[in-house]
Amino acid sequence: MPDLLIELLSEEIPARMQAKAAADLKRLVTEGLVEAGLTYAHAGAFHTPRRLTLAIEGLLAESPAVREERKGPRVDAPDKALEGFLRATGLTKDQLEARDDKKGAVWFAVIERPGRPAAEILVEVLGATVRGFPWPKSMRWGTGSLRWVRPLQNILAVLSDEGGAEAVAGEIEGFALNDRTVGHRFLAPDGFAVTGFDDYAAKLKRAHVVLSPEERAAHIEADAKNLAFAQGLEIVPDPGLLAEVAGLVEWPVVLMGEIGAAFLELPPEVLQTSMKEHQKFFSVRNPKSGRIEKFVTVANTETADQGATILAGNQKVLAARLSDAKFFWENDLRVAEAGLGAWVDTLETVTFHRKLGSQGARIARVAALAEAIAPDVGADPSQAAQAARLAKADLASEMVYEFPELQGVMGRYYVAAAGQPADVAAVAEEHYAPLGPSDAVPSAPLSVAVALADKIDTLTGFWAIDEKPTGSKDPFALRRAALGVIRLVLENGLRLPLTGVFDRHLPAFDAGGEIATDLLAFFHDRLKVYLRDRGIRHDVIDACLAMPHADDLTLLVKRAEALQEVMGTEDGENLIQGFRRAHNILRQAEEKDGVEYSFGADPKFAENDTEAALFAALDTAEAAITPALKAEDFGGAMQAMAALRSPIDAFFEATVVNAESEVLRRNRLNLLHRISETCGAVADLTRLAE
Amino acid sequence: MNAPHARPTCFQEVILRLQSYWAAQGCAILQPYDMEVGAGTFHPATTLRALGSKPWAAAYVQPSRRPTDGRYGENPNRLQHYYQYQVLMKPSPPDFQELYLGSLAVIGIDAALHDIRFVEDDWESPTLGAWGLGWEVWCDGMEVSQFTYFQQVGGHDCKPVSGELTYGLERLAMYVLGIDHVMEMPFNDPQSPSPLTYGDIFRQTEEEYSRWNFDLADTERLLRHFEDAEAECARILDAPADDPKTGRRIIMAHPAYDQCIKASHVFNLLDARGVISPTERQAYIGRVRALAKACADAFVETEAGGVAA
Repeated sequence: MPDLLIELLSEEIPARMQAKAAADLKRLVTEGLVEAGLTYAHAGAFHTPRRLTLAIEGLLAESPAVREERKGPRVDAPDKALEGFLRATGLTKDQLEARDDKKGAVWFAVIERPGRPAAEILVEVLGATVRGFPWPKSMRWGTGSLRWVRPLQNILAVLSDEGGAEAVAGEIEGFALNDRTVGHRFLAPDGFAVTGFDDYAAKLKRAHVVLSPEERAAHIEADAKNLAFAQGLEIVPDPGLLAEVAGLVEWPVVLMGEIGAAFLELPPEVLQTSMKEHQKFFSVRNPKSGRIEKFVTVANTETADQGATILAGNQKVLAARLSDAKFFWENDLRVAEAGLGAWVDTLETVTFHRKLGSQGARIARVAALAEAIAPDVGADPSQAAQAARLAKADLASEMVYEFPELQGVMGRYYVAAAGQPADVAAVAEEHYAPLGPSDAVPSAPLSVAVALADKIDTLTGFWAIDEKPTGSKDPFALRRAALGVIRLVLENGLRLPLTGVFDRHLPAFDAGGEIATDLLAFFHDRLKVYLRDRGIRHDVIDACLAMPHADDLTLLVKRAEALQEVMGTEDGENLIQGFRRAHNILRQAEEKDGVEYSFGADPKFAENDTEAALFAALDTAEAAITPALKAEDFGGAMQAMAALRSPIDAFFEATVVNAESEVLRRNRLNLLHRISETCGAVADLTRLAE
Repeated sequence: MNAPHARPTCFQEVILRLQSYWAAQGCAILQPYDMEVGAGTFHPATTLRALGSKPWAAAYVQPSRRPTDGRYGENPNRLQHYYQYQVLMKPSPPDFQELYLGSLAVIGIDAALHDIRFVEDDWESPTLGAWGLGWEVWCDGMEVSQFTYFQQVGGHDCKPVSGELTYGLERLAMYVLGIDHVMEMPFNDPQSPSPLTYGDIFRQTEEEYSRWNFDLADTERLLRHFEDAEAECARILDAPADDPKTGRRIIMAHPAYDQCIKASHVFNLLDARGVISPTERQAYIGRVRALAKACADAFVETEAGGVAA
């Protein structure tokens, strides 16, 4: 069976698009081939800055012939029916066969499609792939109308088997398919022919092109580590940068260079960000001091001077970049040391959102809210307000203007430089956290207060102007903000009823009422997602959400965790079965009678021992449950509830609830109500899945 | 592979070599446009000539002004007035990358010694209503050129597509010549009887313009200039195409475009004076873009814009 090799050679493909493009090429071509009947054994895709390559092994040499029979209308059916059948099959009447069926003669169509050679199918499939390729951004060039990510230069397509290899005959958008490619742009620019994947990969390597992106990344990583290790240093890991750099080179050559002494005192985050964003350098750290002392760059070429010219150039560029960074840092420090007032003033004039006012107004709201909730999180109110007022000052700094990703990080340095205590300075960095589901949650009370206030201000504000997330659209990252609040509350064990906080803050946007309810429902949705990821059953969450004080997330989760834990144990089974037995009969009776049986049952009407015993058991259970609930010991409460199962069962064995005496019947239903109430004190058990 | 060339000795030699190289590739070597512009792209030889179906090939030096980048001549790399070298070829030739690399070779950047890379950088000019895809070209980690395939200008699809190159001349020359501070770069031959450095020619002007740009430019007057240019642009384009005096059809796309250039530069000056708030900024950019679009609309109705005479 033949193997197939395809290479689409172009001018340089953006690094961030390469991996998906290679995967798309593989998907579109293999799907097209399979749809045309060409199955294959294995397919692999590769990418470099200039090529997308697809290698398919064990492809059918031709698609199988297909014979299909289709039953049509009866021979004596009206002409219309026959016409429709002919249209659907693409045949003429004389090509049909009349066959006898149970109900008389029926037309049959026999459609035979002969097999087609792989090359012919490939030209069609690859043509369609090239014309409809899903680039995130594409362009035209010259006088052509084909769109590609950058100008396409050549299409290689080779089919090979034991008998030999040949280029697929055909043309796609003016490119005659061929068996040729070129090597590295500078080190081996000449063209050469290939006979199949192994030959291709080997010749490319000789022509200074490493085809596999994983191999390039592994090479970069290993060389960088070795260079650093030899000097007692280590590379600051950055998998995103590694993948990007591997997409910028066909022949990686790793070089380590010096950061000028004048810049070593810059904050390490500044060095790292400047080197990464502008120059795509890796940072090299001294493991003893934690300081960044050198950089690693990856060139795309080998030179006679072992990269000396390249490294000197890179060092020079870095020095210019870091001079800028140093200039920003020194200017910023002057503002910071003067108390940050200039930036606070500037933020008054910066728009946060058209309908939500300036950054200054937003900061004032956050400060007021942080002050209000500070006691609930164990922080000093006036310190929380002060920390909130300074936490975003760095947004007006030159460094953050240049490197927006350093917001907060610079804030911490600058608030400290303004003479504030360390825990106030930390707020500038930590109040943005947690940024994602795996990001750490702050625990310092001041940071927690401002982090909560910041996120709740965002959520209530966007809720008030009706800019809620819809479907996949969440431009203001409100889901992330809500998850942040959830994690801040839960991981710090805070008791912070959210409705009260929303009601307190919404008037800042001239809003209130329904909006708080709607926002709480949004929180509950996010909480469900959060708890489901932690293995808590959906129905367990629903059962707890139905209980009062569901805006106290810590309480809510305590209930849910206790219920989840008891489910599946013997206690849980007893609790649920006992509850259900009582509840089902009660509900049926209530539905039938149209009344609610919620008056206290009277033990004096107990007819038999089991009934009296049930009264006694309830008394005992309630005596244990009430204090347990008060202590939020939901597990203990449910244990006591579970003990009711056997008295309940015994009661039902010996007693007919629907007694003839209306007094007895009513009393027993009221007794069932008491069971239902007692057992439903931790969660609404009716919401559990059967 | 391009053979290595000797290193140039001064700034103007870099320019001269680029001029003869692109002349040899068939470009018309034009002179700078005689108006203040923020970048070489603003020259009508690029903005307008990228439109329409007629082939075009031009190269030129364009003095460019960025008032906000003024540093009183002190910063080693930043200037409020600097030179760009601009190449526009329509349609973009199939070997445009190779031609470009050839231009680096003639100014002494030997690909056997340096690391030259094409790094994704999509170009967009909100004021010109223009965009294209391409790269910034890195030499040893330094951006030495912008390389763009124009897709749209003034809201019109470019058909055929032009290839555009922009070299930041000072930065490129400093690198080639091994100079750390722009003001120390030899401008003419250092062996000549009167050697001049870049600083001899531009240090004082940088200082003067920095002061004027940042502190003295009369913002009231500039705002009026902006309004005037905007109004004049519209008036020119509103005039009927048929000229009563000559009896010819004369669409005045270029005079109108001059007013667009003027408005754009006045906007840059106002920006440097810090009198434009972020919200207003978008509005001003939108106003300049509207002018650029109107000029592009007019140009494609002219002979140079592809309409048969």
